Amino acid sequence: MTAPTAVEARNVVKAFGQGEVAVRALDDVSVGIRRGEFFTLLGPSGCGKTTLLRLIAGFEAPTSGTILLDGRDITADPPNRRPINTVFQSYALFPHLTVAENVGFGLRMQGKPRAEIGNVTARMLALVRLEALAGRRVAQLSGGQQQRVALARALAPQPRVLLLDEPLSALDLKLRKEMQIELKRLQHETGITFVFVTHDQEEALTMSDRIGVMSAGRILQIGPPREIYTRPANRFVASFIGETNFLPARHAGGRVTLEAGGELAVEGGPEGQVTVAVRPEQVRLVPPDEPGALRATIRNLVYFGTDTHCHLALADGTEVVARLQSSASDDPGLEPGQPAGLRFAPGAVQLLGD
Amino acid sequence: MARRDSARSGWLLSAPALAILFLAASGPLLVVLIYSFLVKGQYGGVIWEFSSDAWFEVFFTRDIFSDEVSLADAHLAIFWRSVKLSLMTTAITFAVGFPTAWFIATRPPNRRALWLFLITIPFWTNLLIRTFAINEVIRNEGILNTLLIRAGLIGRPIQILYTDTAVLIGMTYVYLPLMVLPLFAAIDRFDMRLLEAAYDLYASRWQVLRRIILPLVRPGIVAGSILVFVPSLGAYVTPRVLGGGKNMMIGNFIELQFGQGRNWPLGAALSMLLLAIVMVALLIYVRAASRESGHG
Repeated sequence: MTAPTAVEARNVVKAFGQGEVAVRALDDVSVGIRRGEFFTLLGPSGCGKTTLLRLIAGFEAPTSGTILLDGRDITADPPNRRPINTVFQSYALFPHLTVAENVGFGLRMQGKPRAEIGNVTARMLALVRLEALAGRRVAQLSGGQQQRVALARALAPQPRVLLLDEPLSALDLKLRKEMQIELKRLQHETGITFVFVTHDQEEALTMSDRIGVMSAGRILQIGPPREIYTRPANRFVASFIGETNFLPARHAGGRVTLEAGGELAVEGGPEGQVTVAVRPEQVRLVPPDEPGALRATIRNLVYFGTDTHCHLALADGTEVVARLQSSASDDPGLEPGQPAGLRFAPGAVQLLGD
Repeated sequence: MARRDSARSGWLLSAPALAILFLAASGPLLVVLIYSFLVKGQYGGVIWEFSSDAWFEVFFTRDIFSDEVSLADAHLAIFWRSVKLSLMTTAITFAVGFPTAWFIATRPPNRRALWLFLITIPFWTNLLIRTFAINEVIRNEGILNTLLIRAGLIGRPIQILYTDTAVLIGMTYVYLPLMVLPLFAAIDRFDMRLLEAAYDLYASRWQVLRRIILPLVRPGIVAGSILVFVPSLGAYVTPRVLGGGKNMMIGNFIELQFGQGRNWPLGAALSMLLLAIVMVALLIYVRAASRESGHG
């Protein structure tokens, strides 16, 4: 059973500028985010993911379409009347207030009694492990600490939905990994619906319950990380998330004929001119004379520690990358220039219509 | 060793500035202070004898016939009017200047320079000429009254010239840029993203202004208020031209003592008192401003 929808965008269009020069930042976007889920909007910069977040927060009004919260139309509500809070990319902490005053700001604006503000603030500071810094000014904090204050501040009023606009992009790698785990923990403990915006596909895969992949103002695919990774809906999704080999081919009646030569057996998928997508880790190297294997030549080998990337060329020069896991005995004895056979793991081949 | 050298060369480098400060600021002030304790000359100037008469005269008057001592109401009235008009000027320039500065600071960068340039245009013309221009606008037969009568809004001219209102209008006009420029500088540094953050956290427009904007642009408010209040208090040309002879401010009253009044020691004592008022006012204001922002 799926949880009811917390926040929903229905046929949302957002255009900037007028007439001829108008740019559609969002082009008929519809998405339903379930209650209590960690939903990630993933896409390259300029794809409209931040715009969608700003529409949900209420900082911008859609050109057309509606935003619903728990089934209620909130399109016309200003941000201060939406029970939705945002963690900003720049944190946007109030520099003239202390850490505790920052965290309590939302409750104070809601007119909550002083005692309640004190209690909630203390609980939130404990949640992000900043109790010791309650009296500090935010300028005296490190980037990671400011990040936690921003989180506590946005969580304190207990919003229905928490929006996070690339909140980890300003942190260094180690801190980012820590905060990823921290965010998952916070989401689990508070049970609040998180909508997370990022351009980092690894971040999206590791943290999300579901991902919405965006490009050029549209949502291309919505699904759990595993589905997005193993069954990308189109070429953009396949190439944006992880690495993929693309091979042009023709598909007719269950037989796929590669343009580079060779045949594959595939179940389902679009007919006619197609693209075969296969992840590098699903490519197996076999002896060149094995029946049914694609014939290739090793071009280059790049050693990564946990695995080795083997760049191969098919008969017509099309490049294929195979990711070979390093074994204990090490050194599989491959050399550039050697002929090799290629096999794709069963069920790992995806057909994409163009 | 190197450190002592750099300290010494620092003193040497600042010596010209210190010399100018001493000769041009402290020196004359010292002269004024000394003059306030001398006896007035018959035809102006001073007689080099110690006397505290001038200071007595600032606050009290002695009845010519009965020798009875009473408070110098006329002097206190002038001081009070000066302080009142200066405070009002500061308040009005802030009320008008803040939206102006906000407007300029939120324009695209290439437009800001143009607006700031427009703000400084009045400085190009002599203060006296600008003040007479205002006189021309607000006098009984002036542009404002003529327009209002033509439009049928009033039957006969409103007397604005030679009232405190006229002085207020003139000072507001003259000192407005001094309020706008520091406010602009402060608002320009203000991170507009904080507005969204506050708005997102349930603050109303008024709360955003009160809780976020005003505390963060406070340095600009303090600077602008000082830049307007201090010269307003010592204003001379504006009250002279627009206030007529009756609505004197301290500046005019001091000038009177050195001119027709032929009472240099009194003029000197009044000048020192003006200086004291300014310093006390600044001290109170800066203290209050820093305490409210929580840094004090």
